[in-house]
Amino acid sequence: MRGARHAGWAVAMVVAAFPAAGCGGGDVEGGPGVLSASWSDPPNPLEPANTNEVQGGKVLDMLFRGLKRYNPRTGAAENMLAEKIETSDSQNFAVTVRNGWTFSNGEPVTARSFVDAWNYGAGLKNNQKNAYFFGYIDGYDKVHPENGTQSADTLSGLRVTGPRTFTIRLSQKFSTFPDTLGYSAFAPLPRAFFDHHADWQKKPVGNGPYLIKSYARGFMMSLRKWDRYPGPDPARNNGVDLKVYTDGNTAYTDLLSGNLDLVDDVPAAQLKNVRADLQGRYINTPAGIIQTLAFPFYDPQWNKPGSQKVRAGLSMAINRDQITRTIFHDTRTPASDWTSPVLGVEGGFQAGLCGSACTYDPAQAKKLVQEGGGLPGGQVRIAYNADAGSHGEWVDAVCHSIDNALGNDKACVGNPIGTFADFRNQIGQHKMPGPFRAGWQMDYPLIQNFLQPLYYTGASSNDGKWSDKRFDKLVDQANAEADRARAVKLFQSAEGVVRDNMAAIPLWYQNGSAGYAQRLSHVALNPFSVPVYNEIKVG
Amino acid sequence: MPEQQPYEPEGAVAGTGMGGAMDLAASEATTLERPPGAPGGAGPAGKPRSLWSDAWRDLRRNPVFLASALVILFLVLISLWPSLIAPGNPLQCDLSKAQEGSQSGHPFGFDGQGCDVYTRTVHGARTSVTVGVCATLGVALLGSVLGGLAGFFGGGWDAILSRTTDIFFAIPVVLGGLVLLSVVTSNTVWPVVGFMVLLGWPQISRIARGSVITARQNDYVQAARALGASPARILLRHIAPNAVAPVIVVATIALGTYIALEATLSYLGVGLRPPSVSWGIDISAASPYVRNAPHALLWPSGALAITVLAFIMLGDAVRDALDPKLR
Amino acid sequence: MGRYVIRRLLQMIPVFLGATLLIFLMVNVMGDPVAGLCGERQCDPATAAQLRREFGLDKPVWQQYATYMGNVFTGDFGTAFNGQPVTELMGTAFPVTIRLTVVAIVFEVLIGIALGVVTGMRRGRPVDTSVLLLTLVVISVPTFVTGLLLQLLLGVKWGWVRPSVSPLAPVDELIVPGLVLASVSLAYVTRLTRTSIAENRRSDYVRTAVAKGLPRRRVITRHLLRNSLIPVVTFIGTDIGALMGGAIVTERIFNIHGVGYQLYQGILRHNTQTVVGFVTVLVLVFLAANLLVDLLYAVLDPRIRYA
Repeated sequence: MRGARHAGWAVAMVVAAFPAAGCGGGDVEGGPGVLSASWSDPPNPLEPANTNEVQGGKVLDMLFRGLKRYNPRTGAAENMLAEKIETSDSQNFAVTVRNGWTFSNGEPVTARSFVDAWNYGAGLKNNQKNAYFFGYIDGYDKVHPENGTQSADTLSGLRVTGPRTFTIRLSQKFSTFPDTLGYSAFAPLPRAFFDHHADWQKKPVGNGPYLIKSYARGFMMSLRKWDRYPGPDPARNNGVDLKVYTDGNTAYTDLLSGNLDLVDDVPAAQLKNVRADLQGRYINTPAGIIQTLAFPFYDPQWNKPGSQKVRAGLSMAINRDQITRTIFHDTRTPASDWTSPVLGVEGGFQAGLCGSACTYDPAQAKKLVQEGGGLPGGQVRIAYNADAGSHGEWVDAVCHSIDNALGNDKACVGNPIGTFADFRNQIGQHKMPGPFRAGWQMDYPLIQNFLQPLYYTGASSNDGKWSDKRFDKLVDQANAEADRARAVKLFQSAEGVVRDNMAAIPLWYQNGSAGYAQRLSHVALNPFSVPVYNEIKVG
Repeated sequence: MPEQQPYEPEGAVAGTGMGGAMDLAASEATTLERPPGAPGGAGPAGKPRSLWSDAWRDLRRNPVFLASALVILFLVLISLWPSLIAPGNPLQCDLSKAQEGSQSGHPFGFDGQGCDVYTRTVHGARTSVTVGVCATLGVALLGSVLGGLAGFFGGGWDAILSRTTDIFFAIPVVLGGLVLLSVVTSNTVWPVVGFMVLLGWPQISRIARGSVITARQNDYVQAARALGASPARILLRHIAPNAVAPVIVVATIALGTYIALEATLSYLGVGLRPPSVSWGIDISAASPYVRNAPHALLWPSGALAITVLAFIMLGDAVRDALDPKLR
Repeated sequence: MGRYVIRRLLQMIPVFLGATLLIFLMVNVMGDPVAGLCGERQCDPATAAQLRREFGLDKPVWQQYATYMGNVFTGDFGTAFNGQPVTELMGTAFPVTIRLTVVAIVFEVLIGIALGVVTGMRRGRPVDTSVLLLTLVVISVPTFVTGLLLQLLLGVKWGWVRPSVSPLAPVDELIVPGLVLASVSLAYVTRLTRTSIAENRRSDYVRTAVAKGLPRRRVITRHLLRNSLIPVVTFIGTDIGALMGGAIVTERIFNIHGVGYQLYQGILRHNTQTVVGFVTVLVLVFLAANLLVDLLYAVLDPRIRYA
């Protein structure tokens, strides 16, 4: 048996190698004062007008400053690079850019930096996915026609009038337009972006408090403090290393073992433990995100007289309190309107607008569904994409709640769709057989952003193809209204139309959640659920 | 054995493949790769009793076989009539009881949705066993027909069928599952079964081909041919009975692995769809919550492990019984 | 020998084309990727059409395949949707996965064969039975369960290892993931070696060797093991390609940015170029490994000669 003993030796050696492979954790990898944070690989190239999701948005928020910036605490749009934005008719705006701003490569930020960037963002040939943000600007239909090729390279509504001044002409009145300019699509771009595009993409250059030290795509991005940042909000740490994680659970595990400093989306499965695990180093703050169930209004079964009773009945069959408590551990708040608490009452948030239709009442739910002619096809199938997040869990919980309320264990089933891409495809092709998950994260903190893109006839995110003339008219009026308070009132009346038809079932307002390591302080999330990286202190 | 399984078929070029079939499969393969004339291959049985009656005599006295057969019998029973021992409704869940532990009337406690773990575990047997049995039947049928034909006719047919087998082997199974099952909308077990058959048949096909080639060279087949028997008669009467043993063994072992594969597919979000009740669904749902509700993971995992174990051990016992060299 | 290799290489061509076509068609079944790129809201039709044109998605499938294969032969594997060339992705992913695979195979060889020899020599004894049972348990528990549990216990509870692998993926951090990845194959190698050893132990040449009075160790290593390794080598050789392409679950749990990660991302984003590119390379690895294994037979078993 000597041979076997030899083999046994090898086993023992391999086993012995285990503890040796251990690693104490907590080592400072990026250098002193540098924190590491979880990240996912952005699906699109990192260009401001091409980034339409939060992971790319995180980087842009560190790398760029626009004319406006949303206050990380209140969400209010405040002037950043804009010295002033003036209008007399809510349609023509004169912009003055502050003096003294430069990109991190030394190039000054001028009116041209904005106008060139916006023209690029709007241009059809540049494939920018956020192009429609420029859709209000006059001449968009030439630069970005609905079919064919673009007949102009520049938006006729943009005119540079001086080194630091330019004017914007919109194709319609839009009084709160300046407040949308904090969105990252409106960021200025340096000449290097246009002249050496491939190089710029490998290592983007912006005008924000950080600059990119290195970027290994799919692995990690190292951002470092830009020492000569001229703005009022410089980084209070030496840098951020964004590490790509495929699975949120692994990121959380890494935080626990000291290999990561900041996780900005605590996985649902760990919410029960997070307080004990992190001893208070956990934040849970409201964000401008609302989850709803949208309906396929293109399907006659869901769009017939009485359907709104079925929809209201389903809404009442959902025990929001219990689900947000048990599944989400209060990182969601039951929704009672179609906007978000981060807007504030002045901004148009109105708790309780939904009324009894958003209150759990199984008896009434059953009655309403019956009055409305029963569930189409006898069963609701709630569609969601199964590749991310904890959608399956809450959909199952919602279904069990509906089943129990209607007294039928087959009243509701989840309809998981393998990939997000396919989920969006089926929505785009109008193939949804029933209600589907609709999450809306605001682009800018305006009530308009919670209503118009989602419920206006033919709007870009009106996935259910809901259409109501009264709603459209009220939104048009509100957009044309110069007085902010009156505009908000009009938007709220429009929201009332959504409620009366139960165009979508509001489920809950989503909070941003984050956990962080002992060596960090001043960690906060902005209303977009993105950590305010520049304010974090290390050590 | 989820993860592995996926890619094993791909790896199984030389006849190893999905499932625990490796041992036999691989030795088959080596026999196969030997050029004609080299020693190898099972010789004809020297005794008058048939291989099968010998094997059966052996099995009846093998405690491993008896134990695994009993477990499988029990599984089949509860798959057919789950309500006999679990009268509850597996779809009836009460979120207010989420993650609660064992209590009277609910011996296994509740899962994250407040569903009764005991009821779901018992009712999950049907789906999981159906997936395993149907996938195995499909794979065995398709694989042995194609492999058998390739082995029997040889030449051009063999070349074409063997290269086709290689093509399907080359696709990693988990990958294929992610791609093909992500577009499925049916909530029955058939898409999952179909996918397993589509990417699983090459494994059996190689083995069937190998054993048919071996059997074809046997003296009694040569004799039958000399006597003027038709090819169909030779294939069905003389070759098939002797070539089928390895297929049965590999299939039994593979059955367990298909059940486990279903769990991995669920973990990746492309497994069986609600309102199916299966161990795979419950295991993947409970695994992130293992810190808070380990019982919800333990019971379906345990059931799955015991089932897979029973099938693999059954296959093992049958293999041992059918292999005269190990007697 | 040379002619045999050439014949095998020629046979690879149809398999290679077939396998890539198969995966190309499969990825195509998943449908249009553009909707996913546009996020929660729809791209306007003009942008969507433009994107499709740019990625060549507006052409019929056969034409896409022909163009793609034409490019592949010039070394151009296309571009991922985030603007990164697929070859660049491969350049970062394959080294990591190769390291992981090597770790896994070392486990298979060292532990698997050792356990196999021990159990094969002591067939029916308690050590055999317990190892057998252990391998069965390993086979019957899904890898993701094993992986998550090991990560939780070793990484968090006891703090022995990093729960995830850092971007550079040094070998020491890959030990636990490698073990998880190897676990099932490990069990197979053990069982395979055991069967083989038990079978050959009674063969004439072993008896002769023992009768000659050779030391036991020499009998085992020179005579018994060498002949018993054929099925094991077959398995391990063909497992290489399988391990590389199949680590989707392991790589996800331990956050390893290798081939499995890229394939998973590619599938989620319906990125034909990434998925087909990586699978193409995996098919090549798979075919090469097979050829290598067949050639190894001749080394292990002198009776085998390739003409």
